Amino acid sequence: MLSPALVDTVQSLVATAAEPAGLMPARQQMALSLGWHIILACFGVAFPAIIFVMHLRGIRREDPVALELARRWAKVSAVLFAIGAVSGTVLSFEMGLLWPGLMGTYGDVLGLPFAFEGLAFFVEAIFLGIYLYGWGRMPARRHVLMVLPMAVTGIIGAYCVVAVNAWMNVPRGFRLVDGEVTDVQPWTVLFNQHAFLQFAHMWVGAYMVVGFSIAGVYAVGMLRGRRDRHHRLGFIVPFVFASVAALTQPFVGHVLGFGLDERQPAKLAAFELAETTESPSPLRLGGVIVDGEVRGAIDIPVLGSLIAMNSPTAPVPGLDTIPEDEQPPVNLTHLAFQTMIGIGTLLAAGVAWFWFQRRRGRDLLERRWFLRAAAAAGPLAAIALESGWIATEVGRQPWIVHGVMRTPEAVGDHTSALWWLLGISTVIYAAMTAGAVVVLRSMARRWRAGESDLPSPYAPPVEEVRQ
Amino acid sequence: MSLEVGVAAAMFVGVIAYAVLGGADFGSGFFDLTAGDSRRGAELRTLVDHSIGPVWEANHVWLIYVLVIWWTGFPESFAAAMSTLVLPLLLALLGIVLRGASFAFRKYSATLGQARLFGVVFAVSSILTPFFLGTVAGAIASGRVPLDGAGDRWSSWLNPTSLFGGVIAVGTCAFLAGVFLTADADRSHRQRLTEDLRTRTLVVGLATGAVVFAALVPILEDAPVLGEGLTGRAAPLVVLSAVAGCATLLLLVRRRFRAARWTAVTAVASVVSGWGVAQYPWLLVDEVTIVDAAGASATLWGLVVAVGLAVVVVVPPLAYLLRLTQTEEWTRH
Repeated sequence: MLSPALVDTVQSLVATAAEPAGLMPARQQMALSLGWHIILACFGVAFPAIIFVMHLRGIRREDPVALELARRWAKVSAVLFAIGAVSGTVLSFEMGLLWPGLMGTYGDVLGLPFAFEGLAFFVEAIFLGIYLYGWGRMPARRHVLMVLPMAVTGIIGAYCVVAVNAWMNVPRGFRLVDGEVTDVQPWTVLFNQHAFLQFAHMWVGAYMVVGFSIAGVYAVGMLRGRRDRHHRLGFIVPFVFASVAALTQPFVGHVLGFGLDERQPAKLAAFELAETTESPSPLRLGGVIVDGEVRGAIDIPVLGSLIAMNSPTAPVPGLDTIPEDEQPPVNLTHLAFQTMIGIGTLLAAGVAWFWFQRRRGRDLLERRWFLRAAAAAGPLAAIALESGWIATEVGRQPWIVHGVMRTPEAVGDHTSALWWLLGISTVIYAAMTAGAVVVLRSMARRWRAGESDLPSPYAPPVEEVRQ
Repeated sequence: MSLEVGVAAAMFVGVIAYAVLGGADFGSGFFDLTAGDSRRGAELRTLVDHSIGPVWEANHVWLIYVLVIWWTGFPESFAAAMSTLVLPLLLALLGIVLRGASFAFRKYSATLGQARLFGVVFAVSSILTPFFLGTVAGAIASGRVPLDGAGDRWSSWLNPTSLFGGVIAVGTCAFLAGVFLTADADRSHRQRLTEDLRTRTLVVGLATGAVVFAALVPILEDAPVLGEGLTGRAAPLVVLSAVAGCATLLLLVRRRFRAARWTAVTAVASVVSGWGVAQYPWLLVDEVTIVDAAGASATLWGLVVAVGLAVVVVVPPLAYLLRLTQTEEWTRH
């Protein structure tokens, strides 16, 4: 007789054997290119609004320090947006190159949001060109308005892209009849409450990453003794954006989590490391599941039910309620999720403390420990953002479209040669990162040395020419 | 015109726009690479920076526009092309990434050494990208992309039509760029640079014309459906392209640089349109027609709305940007 355990073992062996050779490298490839692009996408979403505020302040108050900051940020954004544009193009290609099964079957269901994202990006790129090259070539009041369309379209574009991801989590807008996709309603995919909530979470996250990163640059400057108005203003404007975002984010994230137990119970169980269904469920800090047992976790009783289910008794549905072949990689999902929550909480508490002290007349910018923390906040926010995406994406596995299409069905007919592509891509992304760091640092160095225009050095220095 | 053909036409407008606007940006890489050592080439390289700097990102979006309409409107054929043509598409993508990143890095380089490194990467990738995109077009036009996506991953793009397609793409990009750069140099009153660019654009134009002429016979043999279309239904467009190309050369000779821009654009736009008209009604030649490849009609209507919005929202600011870059004020350094 076949025991259930034996059936399970055989099934999992069959599943492993049937897994296409190109699946793992395709997933890693997507993770690398998305994970890299998402940071730059944040700058595309949030940086224009921050530049706008600074530039407007410069014009309104005739403040040369603010104007110079806006001018420098515009140049920085030129570099960041360029590599953001090309790394976004990589994703467009990869949707088809890596996941033809998804695009061929569901392209007309999920495609429309991408069309509007394309429009938004178009408008953003046009006004970027006008704004960057408009310095000194346009009336100042018209020129500053050229940032506004960028700020708006960055938000629209992010909404559209996140709407597609929301659809992968909560598919809708079509029916499956005998395996055929029918009754396609593309507008339902574009406009629905879940897409809006998931977007809000990402949008606020983008402001955290960008606000803290820019402010951090000036925190480092102040740590090195450059305590002029330029540094204080360069710190405080992005820090205000980041503060509002960091304080809003816990609420947005919490609302997004409502009903996850019904939408994606496996993901919730992995988030909470709920091995079994307990009532009330504890909040499980840290820990991993090894051989079906939770190890190394700190349990806080009842809190898991309160946070995840909004109830003192309702249990978080455990992994024991979910078939084994529908469970995501639990440990990675759980740890990534808690990394996001942990950092987010820390950042929210940090900014709350800063503004509370400021109300009491104490300026934490005078404290070195605070400046150090502020310098770390940018990278921390980026880690939180990446962790959040790892949590939601890995937590959706083994589905690419939840409950409808498994990831192995979507992947292209690639061999393990696809690992080469991942290797080459890693080298290229590393080189691009290095290039951006070298160029941005050299820009900052020249600005500190008093240069303003940064002309490109295409010819040898004049003395050399004379010889 | 049916809904499906309408959406396909809107997509093809994107192909034409990318060929003309994006093509001119890529083509400037050829002049950048051949501008000579840093002393001789500095002026030209600065001109390249200045000419394509404000517009290349907007022009690049036409590619995204085409990809998005393709996968949304005609999903199965998109997946098929992406599967069969994975190699040239990856190589084109590599070129796109390196071109964009190194162009931005070079502009803000601190030293000549850095500028040289990024400059070479920018210029070489600018030449390679249109080549690989040209081979993709050749593969589709010669019927080598089966709808099940299981086409040969090498011979689908290493064949006469694809290779000539690639070379012609590189040539037309360089020709377009040459005409625009010459006009830009002339407008900013750089006489020596203008003359230099004029000569080289004439050479590029003649060479490209010769390649197109030489490619006709092999393409007609290798891609019969395309050949039949080019010599039949699309013949007027081919003739128009030839006439406009010759007129461009003539205008360059007579130093009418502003007018030459329009004839050059006409030449490229009409030859690309010729390809589209010639392979109609096929989306993937010999494999699937536009009507059969189309996805859900609710989605196609959605795309019509998106394209309509684009006409209202994108075209006016794009025209504004392109007009700004062609004014005296913006030519100043």
